[in-house]
Amino acid sequence: MSTAVTRLFIPRDTTALAMGADRLAREIAAEADKRGETVEIIRNGSRGMFWLEPLIEVETPAGRIAYGPVDSQAIDSLFDQGLLQGETSHPLCQGLTEAIPYLQKQQRLTFARAGITDPVSLDDYQQLDGFNGLKKALQMDGQAIVDEVKASGLRGRGGAAFPTGIKWQTVLDAVSPKQQKYIVCNADEGDSGTFADRMVMEADPYMLIEGMTIAGLAVGADQGYIYLRSEYPVAHQILNEAIDKAEAAGFLGDNILDSGKAFHLEVRLGAKAYICGEETSLLESLEGKRGMVRAKPPLPAIVGLFGQPTIVNNVLSLAAVPYILSKGGQAYADYGMGRSLGTLPFQLAGNIKRGGLIELAFGVTLRELLEEYGGGTFTGRPMRAVQVGGPLCAYLPESQWDTPMDYESFQAVGAALGHGGIVVFDDTVDMSAQARFSMEFCVAESCGKCTPCRIGSTRGVEVIDRIRNDEDREANMELLEDLCETMIYGSLCAMGGMTPFPVQSAVKHFPEDFNQPAQTNGAQS
Amino acid sequence: MIQIFDPKVDYNKDYGTPAHVSENLITLEIDGKSITVAEGTSVMRAAAEADINIPKLCATDNLEAFGSCRICAVEIEGRRGTPASCTTPAEAGMKVTTQNKRLGKLRRNIMELYISDHPLDCLTCPANGNCELQDVAGEVGLREVRYGFSGENHLQAEKDHSNPYFSFDPSKCIVCSRCVRACGEVQGTFALTIDGRGFDSKVSPGQNQDFLDSECVSCGACVQACPTSTLMEKSVIEVGQPEHSVVTTCAYCGVGCQFKAEMKGAEVIRMVPYKGGQANHGHSCVKGRFAFGYATHEDRITKPMIRDSIDEPWQEVSWDEALNFAATKLRGIQEKYGRDSIGGITSSRCTNEETYLVQKLIRAAFGNNNTDTCARVCHSPTGYGLKATLGESAGTQTFDSVMHADAIMVIGANPTDAHPVFGSLLKKRLRQGAKLIVADPRRIDLVKTPHVETHHHLTLRPGSNVAFVNAMAHVIMSEGLEDHDFIAKRCQTEAFNAWRHFITEERHSPENTEAITGIPAAELRSAARIYANAKNAAIYYGLGVTEHSQGSSMVMGIANLALATGNIGREGVGVNPLRGQNNVQGSCDMGSFPHELPGYQHVSDDAVRARFEAVWGVKLDNEPGLRIPNMFDAAMDGTYKGMYCQGEDIAQSDPNTNHVHAAMRALECLIVQDIFLNETAKFAHVFLPGSSFLEKDGTFTNAERRINRVRKVMPPLAGKQDWEVTQALSNALGYPMNYNHPSEIMDEIALLTPTFSNVSYEKLEEMGSLQWPCNDDTPNGTPIMHLDSFPIGKGHFSITEYVATEERSTRKYPLLLTTGRTLSQYNVGAQTRRTENQVWHDDDVLELHPQDAEDRGIKDNDWVGITSRSGETVMLAKVSDRMQPGVVYTTFHHPHSGANVVTTDNSDWATNCPEYKVTAIQVIKVNEPSEWQQRYHEFHQEQIGHLHSARGDKRSEPVAGK
Repeated sequence: MSTAVTRLFIPRDTTALAMGADRLAREIAAEADKRGETVEIIRNGSRGMFWLEPLIEVETPAGRIAYGPVDSQAIDSLFDQGLLQGETSHPLCQGLTEAIPYLQKQQRLTFARAGITDPVSLDDYQQLDGFNGLKKALQMDGQAIVDEVKASGLRGRGGAAFPTGIKWQTVLDAVSPKQQKYIVCNADEGDSGTFADRMVMEADPYMLIEGMTIAGLAVGADQGYIYLRSEYPVAHQILNEAIDKAEAAGFLGDNILDSGKAFHLEVRLGAKAYICGEETSLLESLEGKRGMVRAKPPLPAIVGLFGQPTIVNNVLSLAAVPYILSKGGQAYADYGMGRSLGTLPFQLAGNIKRGGLIELAFGVTLRELLEEYGGGTFTGRPMRAVQVGGPLCAYLPESQWDTPMDYESFQAVGAALGHGGIVVFDDTVDMSAQARFSMEFCVAESCGKCTPCRIGSTRGVEVIDRIRNDEDREANMELLEDLCETMIYGSLCAMGGMTPFPVQSAVKHFPEDFNQPAQTNGAQS
Repeated sequence: MIQIFDPKVDYNKDYGTPAHVSENLITLEIDGKSITVAEGTSVMRAAAEADINIPKLCATDNLEAFGSCRICAVEIEGRRGTPASCTTPAEAGMKVTTQNKRLGKLRRNIMELYISDHPLDCLTCPANGNCELQDVAGEVGLREVRYGFSGENHLQAEKDHSNPYFSFDPSKCIVCSRCVRACGEVQGTFALTIDGRGFDSKVSPGQNQDFLDSECVSCGACVQACPTSTLMEKSVIEVGQPEHSVVTTCAYCGVGCQFKAEMKGAEVIRMVPYKGGQANHGHSCVKGRFAFGYATHEDRITKPMIRDSIDEPWQEVSWDEALNFAATKLRGIQEKYGRDSIGGITSSRCTNEETYLVQKLIRAAFGNNNTDTCARVCHSPTGYGLKATLGESAGTQTFDSVMHADAIMVIGANPTDAHPVFGSLLKKRLRQGAKLIVADPRRIDLVKTPHVETHHHLTLRPGSNVAFVNAMAHVIMSEGLEDHDFIAKRCQTEAFNAWRHFITEERHSPENTEAITGIPAAELRSAARIYANAKNAAIYYGLGVTEHSQGSSMVMGIANLALATGNIGREGVGVNPLRGQNNVQGSCDMGSFPHELPGYQHVSDDAVRARFEAVWGVKLDNEPGLRIPNMFDAAMDGTYKGMYCQGEDIAQSDPNTNHVHAAMRALECLIVQDIFLNETAKFAHVFLPGSSFLEKDGTFTNAERRINRVRKVMPPLAGKQDWEVTQALSNALGYPMNYNHPSEIMDEIALLTPTFSNVSYEKLEEMGSLQWPCNDDTPNGTPIMHLDSFPIGKGHFSITEYVATEERSTRKYPLLLTTGRTLSQYNVGAQTRRTENQVWHDDDVLELHPQDAEDRGIKDNDWVGITSRSGETVMLAKVSDRMQPGVVYTTFHHPHSGANVVTTDNSDWATNCPEYKVTAIQVIKVNEPSEWQQRYHEFHQEQIGHLHSARGDKRSEPVAGK
């Protein structure tokens, strides 16, 4: 029986919870109690190695030792085999967490603290560089902050890759009669296969709070809103707790760290509409209206929330800011290649063996991510198609997997990085069904404002159905192409404008799936 | 910015997006054509101004660009993709291509999508011949729909016929949201939304209700905005598209909306608000837009009738016989009782020319000044109060001026019900952030309306207006919020000093007046600061200000506020009376009052009279004649025996009905000229059939002094326009009048009225409308008054001592009754009761606070007896938290409800405007109509019988006597 307190880390992140982390935490506490061991269980964020969740870590003098994926059945044997001492003999032991190659090889700037800290511990955050960026920013004027962000080369991580510093400059320069500006964080993370925003909010919420506060200081906005999708209840709870604590500790509020400068932050929940991830719909929704896309111009930077100049940035863009301010824009720009500077947190999902978050500088190839990190498909079958960037982006055939992951290279092959989500399909996939799904997704999620998207998506499903049913195939293939063009050039926003990309890529790279009746379709070997 | 008429704008063309006003002009190139437009103008509008017409569906020029249909895509050199021209602002140096193969294909393909979910029944569709979808399909050359018609669609969507005037057929809907946006942006009601999303998107009134059950106020903006037949007038569905149209002016409230009367032959098919209407800019309300059916209602009386006694049946006679009968009677009375024993009442519903003619008839042919008008009972204190303080009996602004106001105070007015089109404009400004103060005993709709926040609703006690306005002024003066410069430069020093001394007395402080007004002192102080501190502050008021024993004092008190804060003489400020009827302003301008000749020229002024005498060829009386209440009293005294009453229903509209009816019965000859056998006509001996506004030429002058043309769209049903009847009566009396057209009457008005000297029909045609003063100093009219000086030189502060009305709550009559108008009905209801507007308000009800109801055991729809010292009537109760405890409210649209049986003959000290807004009453639960109502019913039956005898028919009972 030991009297020393052993610190155990069991994530409270949604993925870990989905894998039973809460129950596991209770059972481990009970088991320790039963065995007369004193343990402190810290509910940290996830390290982003989802195939190992629930991943338990034990603090040892050598560092944190990881065990995973742990389930109830393994508890007994883990304790028996020296879990609390960090013994490595158990088959679930992954060794030192930091030494797991999946993690070790990453270049974690934004996710440097993810999984290491208790997400709502201000001490933890500050011990690991937290609020250093804010403290620097408080000493700078708005233009100097904006210049630093410009120097970092940071581009919007929501998918559009618009230079963040230029957007901030526009808001800084915008003259508003009401003297009110806003910072809005787009946390309506709805792309299939993406979870980096959620990980930020669940693992390191103060980083986002810090990033938004710096943005507020930069452009002269004293109010921020995090527009969070309602499907993220854990993030909601963590964010609110973190905001309360930050405010109580003077990192938010009317007088940030006695600087006399103010920034207030509030979380607003969405209503389960994908379209509200589009920035203008998001603003409409934040204003309490239907989530309908606004025409641009005017840009939200000039006429945004409640008609005022507004920064709308993705979680990852804002989360990158504390690092940039703390270490300098150049330190961030030292990562990456060409005009894609810094790091991108790639998210591996779909039919993949080792799903999770991989933060790397731009430039890594898709194949490296799929093979070295992902370790092939979950089913063990050969990979056939990979959709990068979410449901509005292209499917890539194997011939394109060596493309470097940067904005320009991807654009060159007719694809996009989007928010960095990667969804893998094995060789049983029917790409005409996937094309149909793209249109169907648009049917479900179109706001209904513009005609090409509202009617076009429904007609798209019908035309693809006719193709799959071998009805007048040639004419319908031509009609499908016409429809895709109409949606691309006619739609009001990226929802309708990009829906055809996966469809066209499926037709282009997997024509065989469109050339025969559906029932015998695909490379079903 | 003062808006002036821009002849370049073609009001029959849709430019796609609203015009932008900017001093910066930019030049761009569209299809190789160089075009210069104001900065902020859309590419679409820039093109349209150069007559390059880009196809469009969701864009229309009274709504902000929306960018949903995508039909208007263009190419812009140096830009990616095909931006929508509606949402893209024109920029200097831009090179735009509006037509090429690629754009053609894109538009055709989008149109193909539309039509894949649209019925192909063009030939039998009500919009056939006037359908934007059809037009654009033609423009883009759609030839086939490759998607077929078997896909998902809305073709079976259920129709909604609930609204009496228009139908909603969602199967025709293209989800352009024009209706939804019009309801929000233009009307400000936000009754419509898009329900569902994506392909399931559909227009939904309220929360999936039908139109009638939703918050829809039936203004028609959605119907007008609809590019297909989804929202369509039932009249068009029934008879087809109109074949010609005539622009004319609405005859309901004082906003003065212009409409295109769209016609098939001599039949009005629909009234469509005219974009060129400078008061309404293409908007309308349920009355003007839809409630015109009364003009051809079967109750219209189209033949002159006479009788010797009101107990006798009517006799239909020829015009000549009727006019000679009338003339003989009038002359007979004069011979017997003296020259002053007859008089007349001009109508605020008739045209300026007709009103002018009636007062001329009275002054020149009757030989006395016994002329008055219904403004006596509504805005006479406005004339008096504003003349005394500002030097002119009229509002100071244009309606558009409100778009520059930063703080708006609405006192005793209910614009969203009574002046709906202005109400919508006001709400638009409020949505842009102007601050609102409402002073009203009742919670009017404006207090709580979508996206509008009232900063202060001051629920003052009826009768305490002057105490309230003094307290406002006290705060301004005691807190040093006045505009020293303005006062020094623009106001009479002596009057100001006297007033300052008076108003700063502590007894006027909000704390000391709180017990009178019921307004918490802190709230009143805050309201006063908002008004005084705003860059531009405007006051809008209605009959809640004038119809009091201190109506004139209150008007002067309002003018004092504006003078003290310098809120006079520019856009966004001013003192704005909201006029109740279409031509109240005009009837006052035209010399209807017993003491004033046209243009507010006093009858005692020898030089003035001399000019009129020279033109009219008669000697004029230099003594003011009788006011309406004096006429009633004189009739009771036996000294007033004959009256000519044109287009006013004094028997219903004037207070203390019992007294009015007794006076009517005392007349030996009552000549009523009206389109219906109204309540007054039941006491008449001669009935001269009038003509509705659709049947005549002339002008109306609205609340902003705007002279608008009224144009004849159909022949008068009885053969004569009202001015022709007056002229014929004059000739029968031996005073010759020989006008061939109302324009000649206007020429005479211009000759004799200095403020009208440059007004002519020719100029009206050219300018669209004119705001008087319009003379050599201001040849194009005067949108904003008092820019640099007042007609009396300097502004005159007036002392306004608060004197409590004698009408106060007592143990016997503990409640205070106040009356007003509702949206769907109009005044005595003679017109609106004869339309489908009855759907919304088929009876007057008594609104009372839940506490007052509970104290009396009254529930909704209980019969309640209402007793005042004047009389008693019975109505249905409506328990409503709009009311404050102790105050009850009703309307007077239905004669049998007897609202004015209860009101008293108290009146304004200066003008005799009745104190309609304060009557002490008691309310109890009852089981049967009042004795008055039973008598009224019998009398009504008898008179209808007399009418039927004349016509020899037994057709259904006219609406009036319901």
